[in-house]
Amino acid sequence: MTVAWSSPPLPMPWYRARVEDAWLETRTARTVVLDVPGWPGHHAGQHVDVRLTADDGYTATRTYSVASAPEAGRLVLTVQLVTEGEVSPWLVGEAREGDELEVRGPIGGWFRWDEQMPEPVLLVAGGSGVVPLMAMVRHRSRVGAVQPFHLVYSARTPDHVIYTNELFALARTSPGLRVDRLYTRGGLPDDAREPGRLRPQDLPAVDAFPAPPVVYVCGPSGFVEAAGGILIDQGHDSGAIRTERFGPSS
Amino acid sequence: MDIVTRGFVGRRSGGDPRIPPGQYLERDFPVLSAGPTPVVRREDWTLRVEGVDGSSGILSWADLHRLPVEDVRTDIHCVTKWSKLDTSWRGVDVEAVLAAAGVGTQGATHVLVHAHGGYTTNLPLADLRGGRAWIATEYEGASLAPEHGGPARLLVPHLYFWKSAKWVSGLQLLAQDRPGFWEQLGYHEYGDPWREQRYVGD
Repeated sequence: MTVAWSSPPLPMPWYRARVEDAWLETRTARTVVLDVPGWPGHHAGQHVDVRLTADDGYTATRTYSVASAPEAGRLVLTVQLVTEGEVSPWLVGEAREGDELEVRGPIGGWFRWDEQMPEPVLLVAGGSGVVPLMAMVRHRSRVGAVQPFHLVYSARTPDHVIYTNELFALARTSPGLRVDRLYTRGGLPDDAREPGRLRPQDLPAVDAFPAPPVVYVCGPSGFVEAAGGILIDQGHDSGAIRTERFGPSS
Repeated sequence: MDIVTRGFVGRRSGGDPRIPPGQYLERDFPVLSAGPTPVVRREDWTLRVEGVDGSSGILSWADLHRLPVEDVRTDIHCVTKWSKLDTSWRGVDVEAVLAAAGVGTQGATHVLVHAHGGYTTNLPLADLRGGRAWIATEYEGASLAPEHGGPARLLVPHLYFWKSAKWVSGLQLLAQDRPGFWEQLGYHEYGDPWREQRYVGD
């Protein structure tokens, strides 16, 4: 008999995926629901490789965060359009029910959350960086976890907020979940905060939590740099801060 | 797998033989890191080299700058699929660093690279030798920016760029291989971009 544990690890397989549904979240971000037979599930915060194949065999692959709570056989992505990109223009502008593509993963063992982690959670999102954090918020609600969750979500304007209605609803119905929105370009007429980039007072200090939280920051590189600096100034331990940046993943 | 994605044509901008399979050309310089950018002052920066016999040597910023400096022009390839061509760096050959640290390499087959902030990555010792790896302190004619690993990072451009540890703080020689941070989290042990060794088992 061969000894299984001593064999070299097998490569992760590609799964055939079928677009089940798709809708715009903002003018340039689209949610795509994929039916993926055999998909083992993932952890909230992880990402997948998406491969598109043209009819002459040409392929392009990009990495996208999973937006949905973990489940077998199904994945939901939310993709921000990168105009000069190669895969996102198809996902945002072209994909429709019944289309076929491939996915591989899940990838990323660090930027992930599950309900076994006892700490409170601070989520800091810049733009479409909210996507993997939304998977965590959805998973917390689905499993009924009670760890305090605080999401601080920076978007250009209220029109750029992804999942806006769901976030309002979840903040009202999920005890212990707080959602703060802040706008960099322009807000609502009654906003107390002047629009602008992230400021120290936008992020809660470590002692605002019952115990030091684990912090997840996701967004463009400049946003993650700024947030990381503020968090450390606010007393958060650098080892408790997990970051994910997107350069252009087109 | 016989699958065709309806309506997908692609941009096919590639064709450049310098771009490995599955990669696309990037003109910016995106950043990949697991945590906040550590602030490491030059006067506090050190590089600790540890041999398999427990002997060790420490180089300061000044020690590093007493070693011969090389200009390196190279392509770099990130596992997240971007490649950047013709980047220019300045740094010290790792071979010279090992010699200056006074630590013997006898019995060593691999190296666990340590960085400020706790990050580690592993690679065969041979990949750090032979003029293929540097401790880099400048990028495109300027001091290396903190978010790109400044004041000093490892540069091993023939492997995926996560092996080029930012904020490098130590080279631990090993008698047998030991996985580093990303290597324990599902990324490939070796990471050759020309063989698309992205994830475990590739």
